[in-house]
Amino acid sequence: MLSQHIVNIVYLVAAVLFILDLKWMAHPRTAVRGNRAGALGMALAIAVTLLSDRYDWSYILIGVAVGSVIGAVAAMRVKMTSMPELVGLFNGFGGAASVLVAGSAIIAAVASPTADTGLQMRIATVASAFIGSITFFGSYVAFGKLGEFLAVKWKLYTWQKAIKYGFSLAVAAGAVAYAVMVMDAGWPAYAIAGCGLLIAGVLLIKKERFPGMDALKIGSAVASIGMAVLVVMQPENTALFWLLVVVAGVLGVILTLSIGGADMPVVIALLNSYSGLAAAATGFVIDNNVLIIAGSLVGASGIILTNIMCKAMNRSLVNVLFGTMGPTADTPDADDVYRSVKSTSADEVAMLLDGAQRVVIIPGYGMAVAQAQHAVRDLANQLEARGANVEYAIHPVAGRMPGHMNVLLAEADVPYEALVEMDDINPTMAQVDVAIVVGANDVVNPVARTDPQSPIAGMPIIDVDKARTVVVIKRSLSPGFAGIPNPLFAADNTLMFFEDAKKAILDLVGAVKEL
Amino acid sequence: MTDLVMLLTVFVLAIFVGFEVITKVPPTLHTPLMSGSNAISGITIIGALILAGAIDSPEISKILATVAVALAAINVVGGFLVTNRMLKMFSARKK
Repeated sequence: MLSQHIVNIVYLVAAVLFILDLKWMAHPRTAVRGNRAGALGMALAIAVTLLSDRYDWSYILIGVAVGSVIGAVAAMRVKMTSMPELVGLFNGFGGAASVLVAGSAIIAAVASPTADTGLQMRIATVASAFIGSITFFGSYVAFGKLGEFLAVKWKLYTWQKAIKYGFSLAVAAGAVAYAVMVMDAGWPAYAIAGCGLLIAGVLLIKKERFPGMDALKIGSAVASIGMAVLVVMQPENTALFWLLVVVAGVLGVILTLSIGGADMPVVIALLNSYSGLAAAATGFVIDNNVLIIAGSLVGASGIILTNIMCKAMNRSLVNVLFGTMGPTADTPDADDVYRSVKSTSADEVAMLLDGAQRVVIIPGYGMAVAQAQHAVRDLANQLEARGANVEYAIHPVAGRMPGHMNVLLAEADVPYEALVEMDDINPTMAQVDVAIVVGANDVVNPVARTDPQSPIAGMPIIDVDKARTVVVIKRSLSPGFAGIPNPLFAADNTLMFFEDAKKAILDLVGAVKEL
Repeated sequence: MTDLVMLLTVFVLAIFVGFEVITKVPPTLHTPLMSGSNAISGITIIGALILAGAIDSPEISKILATVAVALAAINVVGGFLVTNRMLKMFSARKK
């Protein structure tokens, strides 16, 4: 057994390695080393913990084995286009782990004659359970919206149905079963069953918004605070603890459910931050510095990303959490806007590209959906071989999570130097011969600059309309998440190429080859 | 209470360090930053391990902690591996 001093020193080393991990993330060249440093820190922290005391190993080994296998398989098999779902899911697991550690700690402390349940531990337990539960249920909703099976009207695949109904059933059955077990506790038992059924039911609703949502949001927030106070006062009553968890769960579901698809990058970043804060709160429960340091690093990281995403959409965080983003009353009619749309073909675009010196590609979520990143790279290589200069303009909220487009293009071996940020490319947009928009809409809508009444007014956009010629690859004229028409599609210098992104780019590659 | 003040000090200072360090991460690496920080938040596994292995705790406390160990292990193992997979794509551009 190691002395507590040695254990604490190793924890300090682990904390330093976590900081180096994030510091080395500042450049693609050092980032791999950074990630290894973080993994080493984690391995050291785990190893020293296991050597620090005598343990009952049976449970530890089961937990570690099951978790490691699932984690490794998920990490190796996930497609790069599904990274937002994976990160969303991992956020949720972090939140759930914090809830369970808090629950386990309070039960153990109450049962032990020696351990004390001081005020610090009680408050930290409550914080850990509250933040952790919001994170878990919020992340499930985010996962469900990214996987397009929650709050939607269309028909679902079997796997989507399995998750959707399975999760609701598990929450409802778990809450009711627990309530029956603790019937002696009185009203908290009924309340737990009620909240469980409420969560299960709300998750089956096929709309993002429904009447009574605001009341539910405020009600669950107030009830959470009330329950938090009760748990601090009576930590030995575990039914109260689980009631706090489910009430916070209702809040987590409602908060995330009303947030639209366009705001997913914000939500994922925010939940990332919560999962870190939940871990930090757990650190206060078990008096452990390394949890507090690691948790607050992640909390800070999530908050910074949230802020960047909000700025990129010209919206405040409060507005994302509580507001809507939809067409306003005086949205211009799509038919009027699209009167002069010009449609084009692969051969015509290829001819256009033949004389182009400078080409900029603007990827959006459509590229991810169509898995078109490799085809896009092939096209860029072709053009470069013919002497053109090709760059990629990346809007901060293109895709479903921060940096989503960059990862997809990196997967297709596009050098990161070719990816240009919005603020750097915009001043030179007028010198671009051809701008190719691949499956992006709202982030290139000039209305953001020109119409102060528009729902996206003031949102920073990539000024593709200033390029000499714009080619927009899109399946139809359907609106983006903002739900408004895009005058870019009908501009004099715009050609619309109506096709699936991947097929369109492959056709283009073929047409350019034949020139 | 001095213990609590110490922990709070660490908490606040770590948040400042986090802000300083992470502001420097370029947008290109935001997705790996998220999955990597996710792996770090799997540090909850330390608390889960201590509670899952506690010798004289009630069984229910150990079972809850075991589930927490599994969930946190998914984060740790999955998080670091998937981040590594992504970051290799960023650096593997030597043709």
